[in-house]
Amino acid sequence: MATPPVGVTHEPRWKRLPIIWHLRHSVGLQRGMLVAGLLISAMFILVAVLAPVIAPYGFSQLSGPDGSFPRQAAPSSEFLWGTTVGGYDVFSRVVWGTQTALLTVVLAVIASIFLGVALGLVSGYLGGWLDRVLVMIADAIYAFPSLLLAIVVSIIISGGQSSFWGGIAAAAVSITVVFVPQYFRVVRAETVRLKAEPFVESARVLGAPTSRILGTHVLRNATRSLPLIVTLNASEAILTLAGLGFLGFGINPTIAAEWGYDLNRAVADVASGIWWTGIYPGVAIVLLVMGITLVGESLNDLADPRLRIRRAAKRRPAPAAGVTETKGAP
Amino acid sequence: MEPVVDIRDLRVDFTTDAGEVSAVDGVSLHVNPGEVLAIVGESGSGKSVSAKTILRLLPENATVSGAVVLAGQDVVNLSASEMRAVRGRDVAMVFQEPSTALNPVFTVGWQIAEGLRAHGKVSKKEARARAIEVLGKVGIPDPAERVDHYPHQFSGGQKQRVVIAMALALEPKVIVADEPTTALDVTVQAEILDLLRRVRDEFGRAIVLITHNMGVVADLADRVAVMNDGKVVEQADVHTIFSAPQHEYTRLLLGAVPVLGTQVRERAGVLDLDTEPVVRARDLEIVYPGRLGRPGFRAVDGVSFDIRPGEVLGLVGESGSGKTTIGRAIAGLTHASGGSLSVLGHEMVGHKEREFRPLRQRIGFVFQDPATSFNPKMTIAEGLAEPLVIHGKAKDWRAARPRVMELLDAVHLPQEFAKRFPHELSGGQRQRASLARALALDPDLLVADEPTSALDVSVQAKVLEVFLELQERLGFATLFISHDLAVVGMLADRVGVLYRGKLVEEGPSARVLASPEHPYTQRLLTSVPVPDPVEQASRREALARLRG
Amino acid sequence: MTVLTDEPEAAATAKPTAAAPGGGLGRYILVRFLLIIPTVFILVSLVFFLMRVVGDPITASVGGRLTEAQLAERLAAAGYDRPVLVQYLEYLGQIFTGDFGRTVTDNRAISEILLTYGAATVELVTFSLIIALLIGIPFGRLAAYRRDRWSDATLRVLAILAYATPVFFAGILLKLVFSVQLGWFPLGRRTTPQTQLILDRIDGSTGINIIDALRTGRWDLISDVLSHAVLPSLALGLLTAGVFLRLVRTNLIGTLSMDYVDAARSRGVSEGRLLRKHAYKPALIPIITVMGMQIALMLGGAILTETTFEWRGLGFQLAQYLAARDYVAVQGIVALLAVIVAVTNFLVDVLAALIDPRVRY
Repeated sequence: MATPPVGVTHEPRWKRLPIIWHLRHSVGLQRGMLVAGLLISAMFILVAVLAPVIAPYGFSQLSGPDGSFPRQAAPSSEFLWGTTVGGYDVFSRVVWGTQTALLTVVLAVIASIFLGVALGLVSGYLGGWLDRVLVMIADAIYAFPSLLLAIVVSIIISGGQSSFWGGIAAAAVSITVVFVPQYFRVVRAETVRLKAEPFVESARVLGAPTSRILGTHVLRNATRSLPLIVTLNASEAILTLAGLGFLGFGINPTIAAEWGYDLNRAVADVASGIWWTGIYPGVAIVLLVMGITLVGESLNDLADPRLRIRRAAKRRPAPAAGVTETKGAP
Repeated sequence: MEPVVDIRDLRVDFTTDAGEVSAVDGVSLHVNPGEVLAIVGESGSGKSVSAKTILRLLPENATVSGAVVLAGQDVVNLSASEMRAVRGRDVAMVFQEPSTALNPVFTVGWQIAEGLRAHGKVSKKEARARAIEVLGKVGIPDPAERVDHYPHQFSGGQKQRVVIAMALALEPKVIVADEPTTALDVTVQAEILDLLRRVRDEFGRAIVLITHNMGVVADLADRVAVMNDGKVVEQADVHTIFSAPQHEYTRLLLGAVPVLGTQVRERAGVLDLDTEPVVRARDLEIVYPGRLGRPGFRAVDGVSFDIRPGEVLGLVGESGSGKTTIGRAIAGLTHASGGSLSVLGHEMVGHKEREFRPLRQRIGFVFQDPATSFNPKMTIAEGLAEPLVIHGKAKDWRAARPRVMELLDAVHLPQEFAKRFPHELSGGQRQRASLARALALDPDLLVADEPTSALDVSVQAKVLEVFLELQERLGFATLFISHDLAVVGMLADRVGVLYRGKLVEEGPSARVLASPEHPYTQRLLTSVPVPDPVEQASRREALARLRG
Repeated sequence: MTVLTDEPEAAATAKPTAAAPGGGLGRYILVRFLLIIPTVFILVSLVFFLMRVVGDPITASVGGRLTEAQLAERLAAAGYDRPVLVQYLEYLGQIFTGDFGRTVTDNRAISEILLTYGAATVELVTFSLIIALLIGIPFGRLAAYRRDRWSDATLRVLAILAYATPVFFAGILLKLVFSVQLGWFPLGRRTTPQTQLILDRIDGSTGINIIDALRTGRWDLISDVLSHAVLPSLALGLLTAGVFLRLVRTNLIGTLSMDYVDAARSRGVSEGRLLRKHAYKPALIPIITVMGMQIALMLGGAILTETTFEWRGLGFQLAQYLAARDYVAVQGIVALLAVIVAVTNFLVDVLAALIDPRVRY
């Protein structure tokens, strides 16, 4: 009763896309959080794309036309955010690091979505012993500290981190292994729920082949919560990547700039009061993760009618909108 | 006589995504001490919102204006703490769904005591004694022991008794009962209605009864207010409402209510007893496997029946009777585990899906819940075309378009609905579309599982009318599953009564409904309240005799 | 209108892990306890096979420094020349008897490493957990109660900030401000070397410094231990507090919208009591379950915290072995952590079951 069906008119398809739909249907604080998150994320994407233009030096550049860079130099006009103990320019490494972080996350998220969704769909729909085994494996992995698992995987792949893409792929795969169970759990739960929905059972009664049921009925409806997990996972992926880098299992500094690695090198600087080597890459991680998490949290709130804020009541009402005949609404 | 509740020019608006929605629009009502005022109406009529305003239990997006005078105070203008003092002491509430109205992690005694403690100091001992006392009064056996039990240890009917006990604990003058029997089986409903009558007669409380069920109104109410679209269209005492309804909407509502035994389908000579039945069940058993080595649950236990071509078999029973399970087994959605179940000549016990698949085009299925019976991402045209596409009668939904239009016509839906998405249709329209989809391939057998139980009566009437018309015209055999005996009587040639997985009685509708043989059928039939206060009073006595 | 179904599955699937009504708590605990075995088995097998994809651990750690003959000799001695499946079965057998193997680099038993360094990690995780609970629960309740007002929004953004800050960056920040700038707390390590010497010599030393220090009753030792613990515990604790805050808030908002809360409200129960009792206890069941999982995840955070603060616990030691490419040690410690994680989750599920009468009876 309090929530009649949304609009009886057609909305153009683009307005029903995730994020855009959410943006249009949010108000107040939730909209503020969503917009802030989107702006921060967009800023990082922009920096990543424009890194070659923005960064004054290369990420592994140790000398300029005037000779070698100084080590642990304080921020100056020449080195905006100073230099590290290894003689890298902090500003350039933070800017280039954006590329590494985003690339890794995109690769990891895409890989884990495909694997997780496929496994979740099949396991949830077919059930049986395969389902039980997969659930048990996924639960075991899910309960385990993700960073530890990522370390183990990265050890295996660490032989192949000779190139830029090799290093990124290694990090991405490590993160993928950790996240597949999460997508698996969510998609499987959705599939099990949808399997009992009348429209899916109706297709079964009609004798639709399993592939058709999964493809046209289950998949299209099971992906509802994916934007939410994607954002939450993306932020976790960045933290895992940084954690790997911090422990020395990330990407070699000569191959790409990686914030976690830079922070590892900065730990020793702290004692001598050198703050610029740690603060900047650290703040970059925090900002990026916050941006993505803000988006995810808002999506979560908007998807859950209990958490969603509605516009405050005003006096004079408009005529009643669509009324359902369905009984049960109080 | 001073009314216990006096509602004057009440307006309630909700702010929603679709803008401002007016739920209650200028309602004035009063409730006298010790009377039952029934507020009836269909969903969206504002009946529930009006009643909840008495306790000010509305969501935050509601705006209220007007006056609700309760025990001399206008609750619309009370502060939060003043309102808190009123709740429970001057007015209490009984909820629709007893299983969600009780907190699962606290004992019922604790929950009753919470209400007492909220209104002044009571010792633990006093609170417990009072809890035991009210539990006993509402008919919970061994209250001194049950007071320490958790909600899940009670049956559905007992839970509702506990909820009523909580409402009685502080002896409020008026109790708001929001669809108090809707979630219950019909035999349990009769018991709870008796209890509510005692609440009025023995405890002297006034009751505001919110319901959509005209039988319940006739059984319990002293006065009736009919609501439609946020307004009270008619108010009168219960006899006048049923014998001489004034407003057009009241007449429409009463006309749409299926009345047990008044419209029974009788078709002579339609059925040829010699033809091979479409469905033949012999000692059918369906067992749900237990978890972790526990014994399974026997949902259907030794059931035998036939459905002949062109015949409508009604299957009635309460929740847990196994009626839905039988329907699902016929459609191959649930495995039949023992005995024999032959569907269109195919044995379903130990069946192979591959052999059954070609036969599926000869079976249609209509589900209960209209909200989820269509894929939300597909248009109605795509949904209706699906059977044709699956069975190779059309390449895609565009090719099936002529047949889709024909089907929409057949269920009296406008052709432009083809382009719409399911959420853009109302529940009744979706249920008609669902029937159209089930009939797309001209099946020999239709299984309809509670197809109208989620619908309002006026909508239900329309869906049933369409069904009857199509059944007459196309002559498909039907298994019609329902908990509503009156509806089954309207449609079915024969009725089977299920009780805890067993078929206790079966026969022609007219015979079973008029002179039931099995004691359970008798109790079931007399438990159904009929929308006529005079007749209902005599039925109540008959039921009391049956219970002994 | 409720959906009228006579499918027993609907009720049975509502709480899949819980035993069916009437099953009793004992049965639930037993079934849940038996579930530890496959969990540990899966994780241990996964780690074993993943690590063996790289090759044998001896070649990986000391391969470069040995001649081929020496290497072959050591491989044969350690049994790495046998088929992987045989090694796997032998490994499983060892784990079953509590033997997690010996490190390659310094030839110590993994179980001994647990005894030596486990206490330090337990101490760090306990301190952090106390901070996380003290901050996360009350503020989570506050945020749920003041939901969608400014105080809620501020708390949520702070919680996201806590979650978004990697432990090691939080550590660096805390060190910069409180050690370098203000000089209030030491930069790292668990105690000063002198204190550690005294604590280690105590009769029946537990290895958990704060307990040992309290037993001596000497304030200088206690304050030394505590001042070393403040920054690392804050770094790990604040991160977890952010997660707890969100967890408590979401679940409380969920139960606050349940019918039974409205029903209690209709009987005049005050809003404060609704939040503290009626909504809180049912919310506690999922909260405790997820918190248990979070405690397991804190072990991951402990590796980073211990590395940042040179806190010589299991995580710090693991990082050392990682750097030395001693994969037997890594595999052993990871397998050991798997057991700890599985047991923690079991204990937490039992705790949740104790609160939930639907499991108890």
